Amino acid sequence: MSDNDSNKPEGRKPTLPPGMGQPSGKKPTLPPGTGKPAGRKPTLPPGAAKPAARKPAMPPGMKPPGGAPPPGMPSGDGASGLTRADFSSDQDVRWCPGCGDYAILATVQRLMPELGVPRENLVFISGIGCSSRFPYYMNTYGMHSIHGRAPTIATGIKASRPDLDVWMITGDGDSLSIGGNHIIHIMRRNVDLQIIMFNNQIYGLTKGQYSPTSEVGKVTKSTPFGSIDHPFNPIALVLGADSAFAARTMDRDPKHMKTILKQAHEFKGTGFVEVYQNCNIFNDGAFFDFTEKATKSDRAIFFEHGKPLTYAGGTKGLRLNGFHLENIDLESGDWGVDDCLVYDETSRELATILARVYWREDLPQPFGVFYREDRPTYDAQVNDQVQSVIKRSGKGSLEDLLAEGDTWVVG
Amino acid sequence: MSSKTVETLPEATVLFAGDSGDGMQLTGTQFTLATAHAMNDLATLPDFPAEIRAPVGTTYGVSGFQLHFGSVDIRTPGDEVDLLVSMNPAALVVNLDRVKAGGTILVNSNSFGKKDLSLANLDSNPLEDGSLDRFRVIQVELTRLTRETLKDTDLNQKQIDRSKNMFALGLALWLYSRPIEPAQRWLETKFARKPEIRDANLELLKKGFHFGETTEQFVTRYEVTPATLPPGRYRAVQGVQALAMGIVAAADKSGLPITYGSYPITPASDVLHALSRYKNHGIMTIQAEDEIAAVGMAIGASFGGALGITGTSGPGIALKGEAMGLAHIMELPLVIVNVQRGGPSTGLPTKTEQSDLMQALFGRNGDAPMPVIAASTPGDCFEVAYEACRIAVKYMTPVILLSDGYLANGSAPWLIPDPDSLNDFEVTFAEKANATEDGEDVFHPYIRDEKTLARPWAKPGTPNMEHRIGGLEKADGTGNVSYDAKNHEKMTRLRAEKVERVQQEMKPLEIFGDEDADLLIIGWGSTRGAIEAGVTRALNAGHKAAAVHIRWVHPLPADLGEVLSRYSTYLVPELNNGQLVRILRDEFLLPFEAMKKIQGRPFGPSEIANKIAEMVG
Repeated sequence: MSDNDSNKPEGRKPTLPPGMGQPSGKKPTLPPGTGKPAGRKPTLPPGAAKPAARKPAMPPGMKPPGGAPPPGMPSGDGASGLTRADFSSDQDVRWCPGCGDYAILATVQRLMPELGVPRENLVFISGIGCSSRFPYYMNTYGMHSIHGRAPTIATGIKASRPDLDVWMITGDGDSLSIGGNHIIHIMRRNVDLQIIMFNNQIYGLTKGQYSPTSEVGKVTKSTPFGSIDHPFNPIALVLGADSAFAARTMDRDPKHMKTILKQAHEFKGTGFVEVYQNCNIFNDGAFFDFTEKATKSDRAIFFEHGKPLTYAGGTKGLRLNGFHLENIDLESGDWGVDDCLVYDETSRELATILARVYWREDLPQPFGVFYREDRPTYDAQVNDQVQSVIKRSGKGSLEDLLAEGDTWVVG
Repeated sequence: MSSKTVETLPEATVLFAGDSGDGMQLTGTQFTLATAHAMNDLATLPDFPAEIRAPVGTTYGVSGFQLHFGSVDIRTPGDEVDLLVSMNPAALVVNLDRVKAGGTILVNSNSFGKKDLSLANLDSNPLEDGSLDRFRVIQVELTRLTRETLKDTDLNQKQIDRSKNMFALGLALWLYSRPIEPAQRWLETKFARKPEIRDANLELLKKGFHFGETTEQFVTRYEVTPATLPPGRYRAVQGVQALAMGIVAAADKSGLPITYGSYPITPASDVLHALSRYKNHGIMTIQAEDEIAAVGMAIGASFGGALGITGTSGPGIALKGEAMGLAHIMELPLVIVNVQRGGPSTGLPTKTEQSDLMQALFGRNGDAPMPVIAASTPGDCFEVAYEACRIAVKYMTPVILLSDGYLANGSAPWLIPDPDSLNDFEVTFAEKANATEDGEDVFHPYIRDEKTLARPWAKPGTPNMEHRIGGLEKADGTGNVSYDAKNHEKMTRLRAEKVERVQQEMKPLEIFGDEDADLLIIGWGSTRGAIEAGVTRALNAGHKAAAVHIRWVHPLPADLGEVLSRYSTYLVPELNNGQLVRILRDEFLLPFEAMKKIQGRPFGPSEIANKIAEMVG
């Protein structure tokens, strides 16, 4: 058996875990694709004839001439006068062909010129994992650090250099497993930076073990009889840690991704963005229900602040019944758009309810900005405190400090 | 005014011991301050339990503060105690073996009831059973006298009883002819907003002082004349304070902002406490969520062009190991302070030890050497902290600073340094391309300085210097990710060679004692005082010995081999199970003899002197 053979993922979908077919309303721990015939293969081969094929963020040898934006995308010329090509480093991108990471890289490179931030002020900090190779491909300042610790390094640089525009790149294993402690603390501190968390519900770089977001029952190399770990719901997790900005988007909808990333960037504080990202090698099709044409409309809802929760091309909606969201048919005549919940991203209560709509059979998976709360950032406060001490006591004198307290003279 | 005889002593050792709630650390600190005012040389050893308030009256709740002072050169907190002030039987039991035969024991006789004795596991009362016959015992009714003094105040019984340490302090100050004013000034400031407490304490302090004068229990009062220290302005300083000020000095001289990330841990927390007060000196402190976060924040700050520093004790270093390796391979400046304590694991959190040397030298995955500097006295912590910062920046490397619980909490008189006398600390950030690629000017982050092998430090915000660094091996020069076999070997050797070059920063080694001796004692860290005091005693006893103290434990000084070649026998005293001795054996293949003490306490000079006598006598 060659190395490559051993890297091949399990050839079958996980068998369904116990607890499947629970009454709806209770949050089930279901694997993706439940509700469909078990063992169903994704309808779409990854990377085939889809927007991904046009992306310049490509494996080596596939690099198209830099800069040309694909049709439908705004040109790269932003306030900084830079183009997308200015943000591509000279390093070959080494992700597997067909990986969802390419779409995220392309979207970020496309977004950069629009931000009006001088390139030298951009810093990308990552941890370890497939996603965390990201900084090497950005022609900005960057650091590929150690597993799980990117939030600490990002906090250190932003606190001491609040003038910089810091982006943190992480994955579901990096941020929710080994780096779990740091992710909750960066949330409560509300450091002014953006976090892009690539969630592929699997460990890619270590070749296919289940991750803290993998569904119960996941069959992987380390769980041949199915995983028994209850998965995290990342948005609910960060909200529980008092995240001030939490959003979800997907690799297969770069337009939505870009909108969300832009909002996260505009937000003063920790902008946490979970991106559903397909790992076509070890967890292919994990999110196809939500991301692929055949099912996306019915299984995903793209919500926005101040707008009613509708989906399926406006034929369905979500209404609030007590503390629960329920699905309403807007074509039956019983319900209208006015019955749908109008989303308010500043409501912690609504954010909590919507975040808990997670892998539900009866409800679509939500994508958008769940929560936004304007509150002071850590970096601003820590520097304000320094300034206020200087204002009160004056700039410190080393000589005075050394001779502080009781002294005496000899000789 | 006094009817007592005054006897002049060259030196004395006093130990205050009581319950952890008896305020013994405070009493000791105030006695130290008065002693500093009396211009004696001094050294202190606070010794307290890990429990904040252990059950009252138990032996494991005993807290002590030992102080050695004199008109002569004082290098350690003292071998044997001349005066033990014992607030209860438990404190007596725990510390009795430290009192010299014929020494004085002052006890609070009100605390020797049946229950107190039983808490100290005593079957009979030592004040009555003759077990203290070797000593001069002075019984003072501290509790009763305190209650009597404060009977007309509005303080409650608990508050009154808690103040009895001030009576004891007053009495001890009188006994050794110390000025009372520094303690009075301290009380006035400390309790400025609580006038009742302030007045009660001032009254007790005075009463204690006067009690010595009037009681017939004391026929003799002692005095210790000022020490002959080099001229200049002095203050008493603890190791933690000096260390924090060394960091401030580094910020001041380099102009670099400093970010100190730390997670509270005994005995390093006081560095965080001190630095958090120095915000107006360009120091930012962050109390991180854990040890790894603390070092991560420091690394992030260094990447941004500040100097990142993290401080902890041994268990924290274990957690920081991976991040320290990251700083090593990225070649960013970083200072890692380890205030060592007894280990392994949680070990003895409040006791001193030198057992993290191997961890400092080798405690990381891969070949990841870094310079290791060790402080030798409380005052030396200042210079060592400054040097650690300077070398970290100059050589673009993490530097480990080893202190320990004894240095951190111990006090000594400190000749206040002149900031102008410190080594130059210049910082240059890279702002221009340093290579050409395909005809274009480019910046390569791993092109090195010829002399130091340091790589350039380009901080974010500098146009056209954008670059990526990380934990993966990097190609020589460009810094691009490289898995090339020969490149990895080259880079590993380059990083090690860079650390070795710190040798060029070291002053020549100095020999203490008799240069013509056969025996050389090699020490590092906080054992310096005990070793040199021990050598002095040995010399006075006619035993020839010399000592050399190593400040940089890695790389070892370039002239160490030559120094060793001048001697034939070697002794390596360490507060661990033999660590530096193994490094020396490995490096020099000479017959180094280990002298190990692993009791959570520093060496005493007599231990060293006795060992010398055994070896050369």
